[in-house]
Amino acid sequence: MSKARHNPLNSFAAHAALIAYTLIALFPVFVILINSFKTRKAIFRDPLALPDGDSFTMIGYQTVMKQGDFFLYFQNSMIVTVATLFFVLLFGAMAAFALAEYRFKGNMLMGLYLALGIMIPIRIGTVAILEMMVSTGLVNSLWALILVYTAQGLPLAVFILSEFMRQVSDDLKNAGRIDGLSEYTIFFRLVLPLVRPAMATVAVFNMIPIWNDLWFPLILAPAEETKTLTLGSQVFIGQFVTDWNAVLSALSMAILPVMILYVIFSRQLIRGITSGAVK
Amino acid sequence: MKKSGIKWHVVVFLAPAVLVYTAIMIFPLFNTLRLALYTEVDQVRQFAGLDNFRTLFGDAHWSGQFWNALGNNFWFFFVHMIVQNPIGIALAAILSHPRLRFAALYRTAIFVPTILSFVIVGFAWKLILSPIWGITPDMLKAVGLKWLYAPYLGKEEYALTTLALISVWQFVGIPMMLIYAALLTIPEEVLEAGEVDGITGFSAFWKIKLPLILPSIGIISILTFVGNFNAFDLIYTTQGALAGPAFSTDILGTFMYRTFFGFQLQLGDPHMGSAIASGMFGIILVGVCIYLFGIQTRLRRYQF
Repeated sequence: MSKARHNPLNSFAAHAALIAYTLIALFPVFVILINSFKTRKAIFRDPLALPDGDSFTMIGYQTVMKQGDFFLYFQNSMIVTVATLFFVLLFGAMAAFALAEYRFKGNMLMGLYLALGIMIPIRIGTVAILEMMVSTGLVNSLWALILVYTAQGLPLAVFILSEFMRQVSDDLKNAGRIDGLSEYTIFFRLVLPLVRPAMATVAVFNMIPIWNDLWFPLILAPAEETKTLTLGSQVFIGQFVTDWNAVLSALSMAILPVMILYVIFSRQLIRGITSGAVK
Repeated sequence: MKKSGIKWHVVVFLAPAVLVYTAIMIFPLFNTLRLALYTEVDQVRQFAGLDNFRTLFGDAHWSGQFWNALGNNFWFFFVHMIVQNPIGIALAAILSHPRLRFAALYRTAIFVPTILSFVIVGFAWKLILSPIWGITPDMLKAVGLKWLYAPYLGKEEYALTTLALISVWQFVGIPMMLIYAALLTIPEEVLEAGEVDGITGFSAFWKIKLPLILPSIGIISILTFVGNFNAFDLIYTTQGALAGPAFSTDILGTFMYRTFFGFQLQLGDPHMGSAIASGMFGIILVGVCIYLFGIQTRLRRYQF
């Protein structure tokens, strides 16, 4: 394979393979998007054609806007994701700093304890989580989701951030200590700004699964006013199964925010994965 | 800092994370294992020992469903292993060529399905494969393979494999990225040394690169295993909680959801749900242990 760099034929084959797979990866998204702008007749007559003057319509989007409360769903997803990321980053960085910086009894054990959650999915404990949320009255509130996702995100965050915090120079921290800075000031003023790239990586890793999760919104917060965008589109599409315009438009509207986030953060995400943050 | 026995700042730094993690993750996990030992009689919770597990494995109705879901889950995992990983590795191998143009563009595009939610992916494929819309039969007809078409999601014998392949389509980006990252860390000198010995092209990949990326393949396998054994969303979105047709796509996640919440005439039973969750926990634990002690320690890691 490494001959490709000398051989134009192999290079051609490489591009052909990659283009073919790119088409496979993007085809469904493309089909959904173009058909969401077409009349019902055109959707069925010629599914692969682009919308033109005759077939263009926004009727699906109008139905979605009238029937579903997509702005509310979007807002809920946004609140849950942003709040979770805030807590995961703050708590995760603090714990990671404690594990990376201080020698104390049980440091190793604490690290292992926190790392358990990387491999064991939190969904296993759903029955007891629901019971707890019901008894504390948090069920059908966004707090239930924020708490669960924070707990789910912390293990990997602590793991990745403590790796990075070990690389922060001791001299810098000791200089701060000599200047009389408290440990808290050292953490917030000196260390946090230095691990900002790692924090961004953790944020991007957490963002997508939280935004896309269906299980916990379905179980912990299915009420109309707390539906997330993922659950909202699931329910909406389930009700409008036969209204193809509405279904395709709802799907497109669900794709849009994720795509925007992805375009903004894709470089960060890919750099995060390829820099070995998850090894 | 005062010289007291406890360093309070360490406690302050650790407390929030440890509290949230313990209260919301570890405690419910063990509480679920405990709940599996209880049952409800006349709306009162009663200790029942291993009765739930006896029902789950002994009662023909329950055990039939459980083994069906477990078997389906293993097939789901198997399809991922034999399709997702080879495609991921192949794509990564092509992408990692130093002089390939547009590599970043391909990488970004191929990763797109991975960021979409199961709801989008599930419905999109359901529409595309639907016999009503006819995209798939028309496209197959265009290449002369019309006979290949069947309503894949509606046939018992194809539905599960189809869903597994949809899931592969969605997640192939992850092995691709991880393998790509591993391939980039192989130093040029090693490959050049191989070239001097006449090992180039395909054999360089088999003899030099593949052995070096084995640890990454191990990580991908265990990530896939854990992900597959608590999968739920895709099946629920496309086939509903009943995992039709005729439970042929039922996996442990949907089985647990159905048992826990109930469906149609069957009432939800949190205790049986917990018993199934305990089963899932055991399976994942065994898988992770096999990986950690059986596989990972045997894979040699090379540091450059």
